Amino acid sequence: MTSKDHMRGHQAGETITGAQALIRALEMENVDVMFGLPGGCILPAYDPLIESPIRHILVRHEQGAGHMAEGYAHVTGRPGVAMVTSGPAATNMVTPLCDAYMDSIPMVAITGQVGTSAIGTDAFQECDTVGITRSITKHNDLVMSADDLPLAIRQAFHIATTGRPGPTLVDIPKDVLTNSMKWHWPTDDEVADSLPGYKPVSKGHPRMIKEAAQLILKAQQPILYVGGGVLKARAASALRELAELTGIPVVTTLMARGAFPDDHPLCLGMPGMHGTAAAVTAMQKSDLLIALGSRFDDRVTGRVNSFAPHAKIIHVDIDPAEQGKVRKPDVPIVGDCRLVIEEMIKAINDLLAEQKQVDITPWRSRVSGWQEQFPLTYEPSEEGGVLKPQYCLEQLRDAAPEGTILVSGVGQHQMWSSQYWKFNEPYTWVNSGGLGTMGFSVPAAIGAKVGRPDKTVWAVDGDGCFQMTAQELVTASLERIPVKIAILNNSYLGMVRQWQEMFYEERYSEVYLSQDTPNYVKWAEAMGCVGIRVDDQSEVASAIDKANSINDRPVVVDFRVDAGEKVFPMVAAGQSNDDLMLHPSQNSRREFLR
Amino acid sequence: MNTANPYGSTPTHHMLSVLVQNKPGVLARVASLFARRGYNIFSLAVAPTDDPEFSRISIVVDVESAPLEQIVKQLFKLIEVVRISELDPRRSVERELMVATVRVTPEQRGQVVELANIFEGKILSVGQDAIILSMDGSPEKLDDFSDLLRQYGIIESQRTGRVALPKLDRAAKN
Repeated sequence: MTSKDHMRGHQAGETITGAQALIRALEMENVDVMFGLPGGCILPAYDPLIESPIRHILVRHEQGAGHMAEGYAHVTGRPGVAMVTSGPAATNMVTPLCDAYMDSIPMVAITGQVGTSAIGTDAFQECDTVGITRSITKHNDLVMSADDLPLAIRQAFHIATTGRPGPTLVDIPKDVLTNSMKWHWPTDDEVADSLPGYKPVSKGHPRMIKEAAQLILKAQQPILYVGGGVLKARAASALRELAELTGIPVVTTLMARGAFPDDHPLCLGMPGMHGTAAAVTAMQKSDLLIALGSRFDDRVTGRVNSFAPHAKIIHVDIDPAEQGKVRKPDVPIVGDCRLVIEEMIKAINDLLAEQKQVDITPWRSRVSGWQEQFPLTYEPSEEGGVLKPQYCLEQLRDAAPEGTILVSGVGQHQMWSSQYWKFNEPYTWVNSGGLGTMGFSVPAAIGAKVGRPDKTVWAVDGDGCFQMTAQELVTASLERIPVKIAILNNSYLGMVRQWQEMFYEERYSEVYLSQDTPNYVKWAEAMGCVGIRVDDQSEVASAIDKANSINDRPVVVDFRVDAGEKVFPMVAAGQSNDDLMLHPSQNSRREFLR
Repeated sequence: MNTANPYGSTPTHHMLSVLVQNKPGVLARVASLFARRGYNIFSLAVAPTDDPEFSRISIVVDVESAPLEQIVKQLFKLIEVVRISELDPRRSVERELMVATVRVTPEQRGQVVELANIFEGKILSVGQDAIILSMDGSPEKLDDFSDLLRQYGIIESQRTGRVALPKLDRAAKN
């Protein structure tokens, strides 16, 4: 590390300000871009930023900075960095931090704080940032001396990116930024010594892996239950090798879409509340679930005590606390998914030298029967009829350039995106899974485009979501970040409307927004974007072509879609996955799900 | 907590000895983790170890054994937690300190002093109609002592919460 420090012309022992040390430390961590908004207490840090090669993207709301950092981290695998001031700026960062914590996104937030002597006095723009964010960060730290800054920054990046990734926060009082310090860049050993309680496990236990391999070869109805941990571990190709070696069908959770190609014959798509009938049913009937970096979330399991009742569980996760949190595993393996899957493949190959895998072709054909009988479906609109949101997604998907990144908000449009898109590459899907943060998509798409400027980035958003964070399109216009936003404008908080229709006897309470106010085209134009409105199915393809051809500014397409459309299949909250509600047109075939 | 003996060991009480980095906010982290995950702290004692870089937190938690494993795993995720051991009461030594102000008439004072002697307690302060006693020992012994004092009338009392260490191995090395 010292050599890199040296190469940048830094002298150990050189006297600089805390603010200079902070920016220098970020450079040492290879930060190329950060998202933020200055204010009182963080002001000193913004001064040396002028000379820094780090690109800073000035947001319009601090929440936007946080989600941009997440979007950047999602697609690059590198930690996203957000820097904001104290008090209200720090509290505006709470939602993105919690979002990143739930979805294990590596992110470092830097917040200003009132001067050390003012802490605790209810000073202007003071809040207990470390206290407020304690339970939604992997770790956080209030730095009380400029000399401690380099180590605090190194720790924050180290903790955010190792083990189970997550957000960290460094809170820095104003005088810590203005005081001078003697520059010193801590070595790896110094970082390790400063964190005696932090030793993430990466290699799985060989005996457990062997036990898992034996179970896999004996299973008659196995399923690979793949979660976001596979993407975090960069394990997509190892997973593919494991699936192809064993012929075991794969489900990819909402956080794992793209970890296994949707067009692969073994891919069953998404499981859970709005999963495919094949994925949900195959898990229910399975005798062995090989959970890889997945956490048995309630949206996947439905009612836990009736989830996959006959299945033995192999649970691979880097976080020991995930094992047994919801379902007790028969074979727990703590470790990094990529390393464990690679070892598992070796163990299986070793066993295959002496024994044969149980023939799972009957299981495979049963599963493909479900796929054939119960494809995702919707009732297409008649000519001149109201536009269907699923149709818009199919058209977007089919016209998307190779490797397009899809970002979504939260609600019906998110589920349709996950269902109807074809994710054939990892890191092409960005969404808010655990926290379910409405308003995620616009800023996350901007962050994703900054991280991967070579790729087309489409955000599919709802009209409700869009109104929460749309102002960041001003940021995108001025910073020349050409993202594309497709609003599936159904004039409702659509998912809430769906629940009120299905579970509250169509008593619609506070869910109607308005299809015309705001005027999305004018709003888009006012923010420096191109705005396109689409009312009829016949206009969809040309609008998408036009949007795809614009690369010098953001584009917003207002798709006026059917408000009555519902997401199917569906497992009602708290119900068993056995009671999956199919699309009404498939109900007559229900018996095939046995 | 309406049992006759609120301090006694019950099967749902588990003693965790948690070694942490001695840094500001660590206790808040531990306490907020318990609150956030819906676990109940029964008693808590914290102090630096002989190495001032570290503190030991002794926590008695009130759970069934299944979630205990979750508590330990979640606690261990805190970056500043260095080591956690669950102490089996049969294989550890536990101590607790109690101070109590007891109402006594001058006539009763002798009886209470005698009781304190039997229990190896100490007299810390004597007033006209009250006496302050201290006693340290196993939590069960403290329970017995306070049961006997209750007939005189405990005006107020304070217990420290348990501290514990594992028992030493009696078998000779190698």
